[in-house]
This record gives sequence, structure tokens and C-alpha cells, in this order.
Amino acid sequence: MNDHGNRSNNYINLLINKKTRIDGRQFNEFRQPIEISYNVSNKAEGSARVKIGDTEVIAGVKMDVGTPYPDTLDQGNLITNSELLPLSSPLFLPGPPDPQSVELARIVDRGIRESGMIDLKKLCIREGELVWNILLDIYTINDDGNLIDAAALAAIAALRVAVLPKLEKDKVQFGEFTKTKVPIKSTPITCTIFKIGQSLIVDTNRQEEESVDARLSVAISEDGQIHAMQKGGSIGFSLEEVDSAIGLAKKASEQLRKELTK
Amino acid sequence: MTYSKRFDGRKFDEVRELEAKVGIIKRAAGSAMFRMGKTVAIAAVYGPRELFPSFLQDPKKGKLKCIYDLLSFSVTERKRPGPSRRSTEISMVTVDALEPVLDLSKFAYTGIDIYVYITQADAGTRTAGINAASLALADAGIPMKDLISSVAVGKISDKICVDLTKEEEDHPEGATDLPVAMGTRTGQVTLLQMDGNMSQEEIKEALKMAKKACEGIKEVQVKALKDKYKEALK
Repeated sequence: MNDHGNRSNNYINLLINKKTRIDGRQFNEFRQPIEISYNVSNKAEGSARVKIGDTEVIAGVKMDVGTPYPDTLDQGNLITNSELLPLSSPLFLPGPPDPQSVELARIVDRGIRESGMIDLKKLCIREGELVWNILLDIYTINDDGNLIDAAALAAIAALRVAVLPKLEKDKVQFGEFTKTKVPIKSTPITCTIFKIGQSLIVDTNRQEEESVDARLSVAISEDGQIHAMQKGGSIGFSLEEVDSAIGLAKKASEQLRKELTK
Repeated sequence: MTYSKRFDGRKFDEVRELEAKVGIIKRAAGSAMFRMGKTVAIAAVYGPRELFPSFLQDPKKGKLKCIYDLLSFSVTERKRPGPSRRSTEISMVTVDALEPVLDLSKFAYTGIDIYVYITQADAGTRTAGINAASLALADAGIPMKDLISSVAVGKISDKICVDLTKEEEDHPEGATDLPVAMGTRTGQVTLLQMDGNMSQEEIKEALKMAKKACEGIKEVQVKALKDKYKEALK
């Protein structure tokens, strides 16, 4: 991930100004292969591994029951957590979650929540008393750039295949799964647009990421509506750039959606 | 009652199906996956690199550090993220299991970090983790006198069995668990833990079985290391 601010790498900038990239891709082109595999852990209610180029993230869903929050008495809950494992980059260190990791989880969470991907009302067992909790955990395995898009894709893939565990007398029978899927209403894709100099590009690799000046993550549902955004980095976007970035994200995200619905 | 036939039909001295792959995490200096049946461990090594806090720096040799943890969804009941007393202890014994075969004298003042994560757990996670970590260290090019291979031996009812599954560990007649790691070339036992109930004779038998199992594990490890370079030559 990038948060190094304006640490420009002359060579990367030079290439970008010439409308080329270090690995020869178009500005709107994701790395290949984009791979999604399922059932990373047979203990999870749902899990998925996503590789975009050499970037790799895994996500898993565990479920539990609990009392609802006072403001959503008739809804289940989604709790998203991420860990930038020190195994995945020399820059990630062990210890309590740092802001970068918290931001990653929150960007992914908002895309899922605000797009209404999960029908949380169907996860209510008894209003005001007992609801399902979805515990979504994201782990980075190899950071070769653009962790946000890979993390969001892994999270969404894991949720799409997740099933409810067995419930008996209000107790979850851990390890016993039903065939009932977690109720899914839509499929958002998070696509991040990176700004290097005056150019907007998608899916930066690690070398490019060091030159990124700013980024804008956009969560888009299948009908093209935007449900969540997050701007990061040390410089701004003009209004025109925001508009182009959203347009670019809408188009480029189809490359990820295609893999998900394969 | 005796445990006359194993739940999964294995022989008493037979390890589960093994799979090993080296070089799975490109950003790391060395990395590996090791699978024993349904238990899957991944490990990455970073370093030698600058070591903080600086009071840990040793002018005579590099400092080996390890973090072992379970991914939250690798177990039946979600494991809360972050270190636990269990994972802290396993991290420590993993260092002690690996350090005896390493020559860190060339890496004075530096740190070498091993990160081990269990993506799917079905008992024997520390042993799978040590097997993966040993491969990752070799992949990182850290000088080693031997590979470390690791397996747990247990007793179910009155039967000594190698490489227990979770189902076996939870056997109603109680399973004794005795995880072992060793360098099979040097013959040194570098990890030895036990909980349960065994006689001296039984421990002797268990360790003999562990040694044989570790020899088989080492073959799989060596093959995985060689395969990486065969792949590269293609």
C-alpha cells in the first residue's frame, strides 16, 4: 500500500508522463492473472484467496450470534477486520493494528455495507434479542501493490460463498454448516484510482506505488451506482479529476467483476 | 477399550499426506507452505536486516525472532486476532527449535524474522509451522547445518500414533500429545513438549516413531527446495 506521500520516483514519473507503465500496461489495465480461489480454510463459513499479479490477499468469514445494536434491533451485524501481516511485506511490523490496516478494513467494510450487499434484515433471528454476526477477517499474504482492491475482492468473494452454521437452541454448533447461504443482494467492487503526477492509473504495482501522490477508492455496484469513496495521499484531486477517476473506476472495475462472476 | 484402527485408516506410524512448496511469497527473502493432511502453514523469512530495539543486537551473531499465529478463520471457533499466551509460547519454542541448526555468526547485530501463520488448522499446527519455517529459512539462504523436521506423536487409549488429527486429539479416552522437532542428519532433538500421560518406555517408543516420521518429512522438504530450482530452470 502507499502512504509515503510525494516520494517521487523519477523513472516511474517519466514513464507515466510518456503514457506508458513500467510493465507495459495501459493506465486502465489490471495486472494479470487475476485469480480467485475458494475454500482456503475448511473451518471458515466462507473464504477466498485473491491474486492480482503478485499481490495476494485472503479473507474468511466466521459467524456467531449475539444481541443486536440498539439502533438496528432487526438486523444482523457485519464486523470487518484486517491485518497487514508482517509476512507479506518488509514494511509491515508485528503489533497492534496501525492506521493503514484500520483504514483498509474500513474501506472494504463501507463498500459492502453501503451497497447493501448483505441483507442484514434476514440475519435477524428474533428482533431485539438475537441476530447473526458476520465476522469478516482479511489478511495480506504478499504486498506487491494495490492491496485495497485485492482485499475488497477477497472479502466479497468470501461473503458470496459463505453459509450459515447450524444453530440449536440459540447456540451456534461450531464446525457444522447448513446449506443456507449468507443473504446477498448485490455485488460491489472496490476499484482504486492512483494519481501519479497529472495521470490517473489503476492497479499500481509496488514500484509504481512508491510514486503515487494520491489515491481515490471507489465502491461500485453492478448497476453503476457509487456507494463508498475514500481519498488518500498527500496531494489533492481537482473536481475534473474526481469525475475522471470515478469514470475510470467504473470501467476498470469490470475487469475484477468478470473474474468474480465467472 | 483400545484404539485399534485410526479414524482416517492410517497406520499408527504413518504421517498424513504431506505437501510442501517453497517461494510462495515473493516479497520475502524466503517463504514456504507446508501441509500435513488438513493442517496448512505458511511461513516467510525477512532479513538479515537492521534490528530494533537496538538492545537486542548481538555483536556475535544475528538474532532470530518468530511470530506464530492462527488466522481467525483457520479454526472452528473464531480465534480473536492478535497474540495469545498460546501463540506467544509457540513463537518462542519455534525459535528454539530452529536456532540450533543455523549459523548466524556472519549476521552480527542484525535480526532475522520468521513469520508463521496457520491458514487451516487440524491439529499439529506448531509442527507444520516449524516444517514451513525451516524451509523458508533455507529458501532465504540462511546457512544451516541441517533442515529441521517436526511431527507430533500421541497416545490414544494405549496406542502410540504419529501425527494426530484434531478428531484424534479429541478422542474420549484422552490423547497424550508430544510434539517433536529434530535435525535428522545431526540427530538433535530441538523441540520437545508433552502433555498427557506416558511411561518412560512409551516415550522412548514415541520418539523412535517421531524420528522415522521426521525422516520422511525431510524428504518432502528437500524435494520442495529442489523443485523450486527445477521450476526456475524451465
